[in-house]
Amino acid sequence: MIRISGLTFRAGDFSVRDVTLDVATGEYFVILGPNGSGKTLLIHCLCGLQRADSGRIVIGDRDVTDAEPRRRRVGYVPQDYGLFPHLDVARNVTFALRAAGLSLADALREVGPLVETLHLGKLMGHAPPTLSGGERQKVALARAMALRPQLLLLDEPVSALDGPTRAEVLQQLRQVQRQFAVTTIHVCHSIDEAEAVADRAGVMIDGRLVQTGRLEELIENPAGPEVARLLQVGRRA
Amino acid sequence: MPAVAGPRVHRVSVITIAFLAAFVLGVLTLIAADVFYRRPGVMLDAVLTALRSPEIRYAIRLSLITSGITLFLVVCVSVPIGYALSRYRFPGSVVLDAIVDLPIVLPPVVVGVSLLVFFRTAVGQGIESVPWLRFVYEPKGIVLCQFVMSASYGIRASKAAFDGVDRRLEALALTLGCTHGQAFRWVALPMARGGLAAGAVMAWARAVGIFGPLMVFTGAVRMKTEVMPTTVYLELSIGQVEPALAVSMLMLAIAMVALVLIHALGQAHRWWGT
Repeated sequence: MIRISGLTFRAGDFSVRDVTLDVATGEYFVILGPNGSGKTLLIHCLCGLQRADSGRIVIGDRDVTDAEPRRRRVGYVPQDYGLFPHLDVARNVTFALRAAGLSLADALREVGPLVETLHLGKLMGHAPPTLSGGERQKVALARAMALRPQLLLLDEPVSALDGPTRAEVLQQLRQVQRQFAVTTIHVCHSIDEAEAVADRAGVMIDGRLVQTGRLEELIENPAGPEVARLLQVGRRA
Repeated sequence: MPAVAGPRVHRVSVITIAFLAAFVLGVLTLIAADVFYRRPGVMLDAVLTALRSPEIRYAIRLSLITSGITLFLVVCVSVPIGYALSRYRFPGSVVLDAIVDLPIVLPPVVVGVSLLVFFRTAVGQGIESVPWLRFVYEPKGIVLCQFVMSASYGIRASKAAFDGVDRRLEALALTLGCTHGQAFRWVALPMARGGLAAGAVMAWARAVGIFGPLMVFTGAVRMKTEVMPTTVYLELSIGQVEPALAVSMLMLAIAMVALVLIHALGQAHRWWGT
């Protein structure tokens, strides 16, 4: 269980206010919101790259509100994938395990199932700049999952991909999420994307999480005109 | 600039390229004057004779030893300082940034005078009273002068190299279980290595070539504080042009190698930095 309660913080001129959310263990939760609504900032706060001013973040039975990023057991895939360009795919995927003290050989053994699920075997010796967008996304996902995090955070994971690749990557995201039973929070602005993967969803507008529920509930009973408009625009996105 | 339709040659391109050509011609003329001062065979003999002279061999050896030590010190200092200047903002950081550049813009002889004056103060005298830590008119002083004159170049290059590393990747490394130290060692440092190495070569080349502060702070004592630039001065002062030219050409060769290295490493930095 991920429990976020009353989470408030400021980043520059923008503030995220009073976010409260429970995500069940193994659940896939999507946060929808327009650009500039604070989705990425919320992700940064959850993985420890942004300090919370008030409120609590509890992952499992641990309060991680003030914990360093490395102690949170959170996997994070940024929007631009953030692959390390000076390391090949094998070293990117095993980065967290080697930081934990494993040798490259042991780390590669450890990530074997992930590599197999995501079909990364043939790419292990490649340099990140030579990969396609879909391949980069899969490498970033495998890297984030290598330490078996309790919470996986995905920041617009398919926004830079074309249609067919997007569908394939979304399917693989869901497959990995189910296979490894990892609680997932995925932010995006496309309702089609949310429909492809979400167990439940929430809508974030202007730094506030204004509504949560099953996607059908949000569509049928939007909390206000802004939510209704977002869901209609999101459908077209 | 993209290929724009219309004439390839226009007034701006002609004027700017003419300036470039004139500058390059000027530099090449200076080099040619050194190389062709005598007929090639005579010049080669002069170089070989100079290289057999014990004084010049001593100067070359001392130049390489002192600049090597300086290089090591500059790398040790410039990497952490460059990283701090690139990553952290604190009250006074802009002023500190400017102070780091001061030795670049100071007249070299002023650096020598400042060092000499410092070692006349109580603190300086205290340092000089330690027998193995004497700098004034000693070979160790050469390293000190070289360090003061070249560290700024190393620090500036180091800051630029770390500026080129996307700091979000370091933040990402933290979420992957790294400490700040590991993120520095495994992400920032290897990604900045091309720029750092280019900066180190630049600082080393600068250290090999300094002259002004040495004349004030360590003097030009044969077989003691004589390095390559000092040799050029000493040989010229007694009318020996060929040995002076021979050492000059050696320094020119060192400068060319350094430039090639800087450009090659710069390319590597650009590749890895993106």
